[in-house]
Amino acid sequence: MEPLTWTGSIAFLNPILALALGLMALSIVVWMLASMVLPEDQMTVNPDGTLTSSSGLRNLIQAALRYSFLASVGLAVAYVLLGILMGTSAGIIGAISQQFLPVWLSLIFLYAMSIAFKRKLGLYGKLFDSPIGMIGFGLVMFWVFTGIFGALDLIVTHDPLSQISGMKNKVPGTPLPNLEDGQYAWYLLGGDNLARDVFSRMVKGAWIVVQIAPLATMFAFMVGITLGLPAGYYSGRLDTLLSFLANLILAFPVILLFYLLVTPEIVATGVPNYMAAILFVFPIIFLGVLLNSRYYTRPNFRTPLLIGVLGVALWLYLSLISTGGYIINTDSYRIWGLPTYLDLFDIPGGILVVFVSVVFVNSPTVFRIVRGLALDIKTRDYVAAAQTRGEGPWYIMLWEILPNARGPLIVDFCLRIGYTTILLGTLGFFGLGLPPESPDWGSTINEGRKLLSVYLHPALPPALALLSLVLGLNLLADGLREESLKD
Amino acid sequence: MGLFILRRVGIMLVTALCLTFLVFFLTNLYPNLEKLAKTQGNFRMSDEQVESFLQKGGYLQSTPVKYGEWLGVLPSYRHTNEDGTVQGRCILPGKTAEESPNFCGILQGYWGYSSVFKQEVSTVVGNRLALTGRLMFWVMLLMVPSALILGILAGMKEGSATDRTLSTIAITTTATPEYVSGVIFIAIFTSSAVGLKWFKGTATQAMENPTFENFFLPVLTIALYGMGYIARMTRASMTEVMTAQYVRTARLKGVSFPNIVMKHALRNALIAPFTVIMLQFPWLLNGVVIVETLFNYKGFGWALVQAAGNNDIQLLLAISVVSVFVVLVTQLISDIGYVYLNPRIRIS
Repeated sequence: MEPLTWTGSIAFLNPILALALGLMALSIVVWMLASMVLPEDQMTVNPDGTLTSSSGLRNLIQAALRYSFLASVGLAVAYVLLGILMGTSAGIIGAISQQFLPVWLSLIFLYAMSIAFKRKLGLYGKLFDSPIGMIGFGLVMFWVFTGIFGALDLIVTHDPLSQISGMKNKVPGTPLPNLEDGQYAWYLLGGDNLARDVFSRMVKGAWIVVQIAPLATMFAFMVGITLGLPAGYYSGRLDTLLSFLANLILAFPVILLFYLLVTPEIVATGVPNYMAAILFVFPIIFLGVLLNSRYYTRPNFRTPLLIGVLGVALWLYLSLISTGGYIINTDSYRIWGLPTYLDLFDIPGGILVVFVSVVFVNSPTVFRIVRGLALDIKTRDYVAAAQTRGEGPWYIMLWEILPNARGPLIVDFCLRIGYTTILLGTLGFFGLGLPPESPDWGSTINEGRKLLSVYLHPALPPALALLSLVLGLNLLADGLREESLKD
Repeated sequence: MGLFILRRVGIMLVTALCLTFLVFFLTNLYPNLEKLAKTQGNFRMSDEQVESFLQKGGYLQSTPVKYGEWLGVLPSYRHTNEDGTVQGRCILPGKTAEESPNFCGILQGYWGYSSVFKQEVSTVVGNRLALTGRLMFWVMLLMVPSALILGILAGMKEGSATDRTLSTIAITTTATPEYVSGVIFIAIFTSSAVGLKWFKGTATQAMENPTFENFFLPVLTIALYGMGYIARMTRASMTEVMTAQYVRTARLKGVSFPNIVMKHALRNALIAPFTVIMLQFPWLLNGVVIVETLFNYKGFGWALVQAAGNNDIQLLLAISVVSVFVVLVTQLISDIGYVYLNPRIRIS
């Protein structure tokens, strides 16, 4: 087998792409300078009531920018399309685009459906009015689909943990020395220090992030909302106490906290299990209070609903915190948990401690945001109206204040998933929590950086992957903020 | 004002006490002590040997007692060996038990002995802080002016070309954590694979002899991540000021645009970024740990990693005291500064 080049037989596109990108960069600079130097557009009102704008130069520059941008995007799409059609004969880029085929299809389907029905989809639909939001959403969904299909073994070319001899530190596009049946013939992005496939590890790493980051952020939000609403609504002593505790955690440097919490020694003492047992109660409290405050006037409906919802939630909670029949299982003592035949899933100690500490670090910030919003919103007239109606405090907090605070909270949720991704990477970077052979991006960057002065390819793909995912989340948050401010 | 500061200092002390107790509790859990004993002695110690090692060091007392000893409010533990010599926390090598004081804790100015660096904690922390201080100085010097300029330029005209381009740059830098940008910089500017070799990939030499070549990349890596955030806050504050009534008045009476920005808007627009810059210090601390590990610059953050990796209890406690102190003092400064800068709060 021949080693693959980056672009293979579609290399004729490279100079065109370079030209288009160069023109785009140039027109951005000219655009910026022109907007400072040139006078603003003069609008003149014609006698028939229409507007005429003067200044052809500005429009010209904007048109240049638009076309060079469209050309660059069009060329990028051309690379992907040709890659899908031609596969490995279009080089590494072609092979990678072909591997990502399920992701492209899902993205096209998602965008087509969303744009077709965008007027019926509320805030989500409005996202498709803002180009920034669409780009961000595209980046995020790209990695979400990559994670999901990667977990289904659709994208990966090799097993992310298996080593193939002779492939140590090999450059991207190196063919395997002894090809067996059914094996993919190349290491698309090269081999790492232990002769594993960098491309497959990057794809598998996406699944770890996609699993943990949104879920951990959601738990942090549950904790923050459940504590922040009463702190803001009641104020007084409760607020002082909770704010003090939140500030206490916030005053800790995050990395020191991780180094103290996420070590095998701490896992052995069972501290993370206690923390999990406490932190994971909050979603149940939240759900219970949420439903009870809404339906307590209709006990016939409320009681079965609460029994059903809380029953399932409790079962999930107990399955989550108990492993192998125990909640806490240390050398010196044990606490019984759910018996193994009822236990739905087990979470390995390493993952649990990562999850718990990420929730623990994030929830004080969420608490402060929710508390600030509640302090602001509780002075509004509709809250006073609800109080006069005789609604209970929890109804007001959860069904009057919370829905009206949703805009900033949704935006912060997106930003916070990005921040959680960064935190997970930090943990991996310091080799904390996750097992050393795990393909998550932080650990891979950490491994790759040791040989960075000679071999770039093991460290750069996960670094760029992490960068693009977090950038996507930031852009998405920006788009959402813009759109939600428009109403 | 005096009362306000006094109250804040009180809260600060309580916070510091709670946090150090938390660190103390976590580092003194038995598996951590066992690890300490094994790194100090040898890794093949039996359980009994570990037990006797910990007994001699006084590690097996209850946590509040040990914490009291560390604070210096309880007399420290002494152990009489079989040959009649006495060992204890306060008895430094070369001193006898009679010469040594009974109390030795941070109240007496004694921070303990680092088991990793084999030095007194105060010297370790002092040296490392000096190195990190130099790093932070340059980071601030690079980050604050460039972030403010970026934010002000973007915020002058909301929605303009400059605004959109600079905002995109700011978002990109906030989305790039230090370990990503550092790796990318090292890959581009130092590796033999790309071949530019403008800078050095490690900053070890910068500890004695900082030059542009070996010191710029770590500084840039930390500065970039913080810069985007400050720039976005500055932009938000600037756009708010630019739409204020008094700026409109100034425009209507014919003040030139540069004059509006420099004389009318800037002062008020810089109040919010000041608080943000102060509150950035805790985040910078994170960046420092990552960058010092990445570039092998043996400063405060590097010491934190070493101390935590080896469960060096005394050093870890000192490090957490210092970092908590930095965080709380910057919070205090930002509060006071906010009151001082903002006439609306100052007068009422």
